Amino acid sequence: MGIQYLYPEFEVHRNFDRCIKCRVCERQCSEQVHYYDEEDDIMRADESKCVDCQRCVTMCPTRALKIVKTENTFRPNENWHQNTIEEIYRQATTGGALLSSMGNPKDYPSYWDRILLNASQVTNPSIDPLREPMETRVFLGKKPHDLEFDSHGELISKLPPQIELEVPVMFSAMSFGAISENAHKSLARAATACGTCYNTGEGGLNKSLYPYGPNTIVQVASGRFGVHEDYLKAGCAIEIKMGQGAKPGIGGHLPGRKIGPKVAETRMIPEGSDAISPAPHHDIYSIEDLRQLVYSLKEATNYEKPVIVKIAAVHNVAAIASGIARSGADIIAIDGFRGGTGAAPTRIRDNVGIPIELALAAVDQRLRDEKIRNDISIVVGGSIRSSADVVKAIALGADACYIGTAALIALGCHLCRQCSRGLCNWGIATQREDLCRRLNPDIGTEHLVNLLTAWNNEIKEMMGGMGINSIEALRGNRLMLRGVGMTEKELEILGIKHAGE
Amino acid sequence: MIIDATNKYYKQLNEEIKHTQTHDITVKNVLGQRYIGTGVKDKKMTVYGTPGNAMGAYLDNIDIEVFGNVQDAVGDTMNDGHIVVHGKAGDTLGYAMRGGSIYVKGDAGYRVGIHMKAYQDKQPVIVVGGCVGSFLGEYQAGGTILVLGLGSQDSSPIGNYCGTGMHGGNMYIRSAVKPEFLPPQVSIELCDSKDMAVIQPLIDQFCEYFDIKEDILRDKPYYHIFPNADNPYKSLYTSY
Repeated sequence: MGIQYLYPEFEVHRNFDRCIKCRVCERQCSEQVHYYDEEDDIMRADESKCVDCQRCVTMCPTRALKIVKTENTFRPNENWHQNTIEEIYRQATTGGALLSSMGNPKDYPSYWDRILLNASQVTNPSIDPLREPMETRVFLGKKPHDLEFDSHGELISKLPPQIELEVPVMFSAMSFGAISENAHKSLARAATACGTCYNTGEGGLNKSLYPYGPNTIVQVASGRFGVHEDYLKAGCAIEIKMGQGAKPGIGGHLPGRKIGPKVAETRMIPEGSDAISPAPHHDIYSIEDLRQLVYSLKEATNYEKPVIVKIAAVHNVAAIASGIARSGADIIAIDGFRGGTGAAPTRIRDNVGIPIELALAAVDQRLRDEKIRNDISIVVGGSIRSSADVVKAIALGADACYIGTAALIALGCHLCRQCSRGLCNWGIATQREDLCRRLNPDIGTEHLVNLLTAWNNEIKEMMGGMGINSIEALRGNRLMLRGVGMTEKELEILGIKHAGE
Repeated sequence: MIIDATNKYYKQLNEEIKHTQTHDITVKNVLGQRYIGTGVKDKKMTVYGTPGNAMGAYLDNIDIEVFGNVQDAVGDTMNDGHIVVHGKAGDTLGYAMRGGSIYVKGDAGYRVGIHMKAYQDKQPVIVVGGCVGSFLGEYQAGGTILVLGLGSQDSSPIGNYCGTGMHGGNMYIRSAVKPEFLPPQVSIELCDSKDMAVIQPLIDQFCEYFDIKEDILRDKPYYHIFPNADNPYKSLYTSY
């Protein structure tokens, strides 16, 4: 082996006055950073293996540990940043395409952070959610153009199938395989408790989770893993995954080493075989082909389930959304370029796609212009980080939001972005049994329920402040938004005024 | 039970099929109606005419025999059951199929058997009597594809780019010449006696379905196409 050019990114700082050599750090670290040196009776660390997942720091009973970014630097260069140089070293030694996990960490503008919400003052009084009813329930699906009632006022019209949500936030698609069984269980139970939905991702649905079906969105992607009639009928809606924000235009690949007996059973593929999702659906090359798949799913489920089409936010997203609205789909899910993933080629994750804020505004406007907005609901994801992002998204035109990363953080994820390695110390993005056990699904469920409860209360407070008492009245209400520090073009695309206007 | 499909939209026709009580159903005068057999359970169907796209999508435990040609996406994500076509088939035949079998007497189009996969006792089979277009068996992960090439004369009965991304299962091609332009993920060899033992039951079944004398399938060699590696993308990436 030649010279190893890569210097460890992190340093393990151990306070030896506090360290009691209990070796918890050693047992907790799946990366095998910590070890006990018997000869010197001391704990040591191999920092080159540290991914800064914070597990040892959290578990250390005496708070003897901290992980610090190394101060060692290459000669500073504003063009050739250290990580750029290191990536080249990495590729020069392996010949591999760079693979990363979770969302785009680069310093692109976040439009959510440049949008401010309105509040009522004096006129149009604000509403106190503690004493007034606030409606955060939403229905996702096609809305009829007109309704017919009989002489008793009873509805005659047959409504298209809808997803009913008590809170306008759903858990986005994460497959069993990419995440652990306990993570899936937590999501399923929390979705049920909160009256929202979680999403199977393209990994099938284990029979043990069928009881959560009314709160489950089942996904159909290009690999069609675990897709069969019972699966399609098990959920409350079916999502066709055309694209994903973290890796628009490419497929997925769950390596054979993550496909143990239960994952194999759920995906209906042999143990240890790679699960490859091709980049496109090879039977969908046009909107007409998409329509064919949408209606084959409706035929298979007796037109009882809404069909979602999920795409990544890309340059021409408005025109694509218009096509999807005409394909017969009931809901379109758009995933922004900051969306997370278990694994994506770094260059794709960091350079492909557009911000969800701009995509959402463009899609909502286009569908309104074409008078087909009521034919389809819009769900957005791709870095919704807080209830404020949710409120802004709804005011920009979304019906509901998807959260993935935020949900995982609620389960204990520390965003070390090493999901693809399958060694997640928090028991989330792993299939290793001892690691999976670290995520207690009861506690996981509780944390997710807490998160959604808190967000829902915050949403009510923000809406109340604006004098709005239902999501219906907030949706597409761009007058409630103002931009700060944006160009005229950005404001034009977002369809909002600048602060002060 | 006989259903006349004349002037019926697919939704109406399929609704009728779903609500039929009898096990055996004959559907006549089919003209392009889609999704025949989708969402139906435990039936035996005989179809006359030309069924539209996505016949037998997600098919489960149904037998469909078609006297006529079928269009695209037949047997999409099929789970179980048998489809027999006394004619030709269009593109994406048996896409992501997991179980059961599809036998086509004549030719089939492009992208046949893409992402076919196997699971435990589910071992899907596609047998095409004639020729197929390009991209046969791309991403194949399991199961068996047999192309008999009747009518191909001295040329290969499969198009280009067969087996790109293949990482499981087997393809067998009866061909006067060794198929060319295969991607690096696959290997090709002349079938040995062990391979022939594997495909003989499929050949027998084909001959039985379509009343063909087996002799005419013996004049050309059979080639076996199989993946080089179970994990073709393993060395493509470096994670950090």
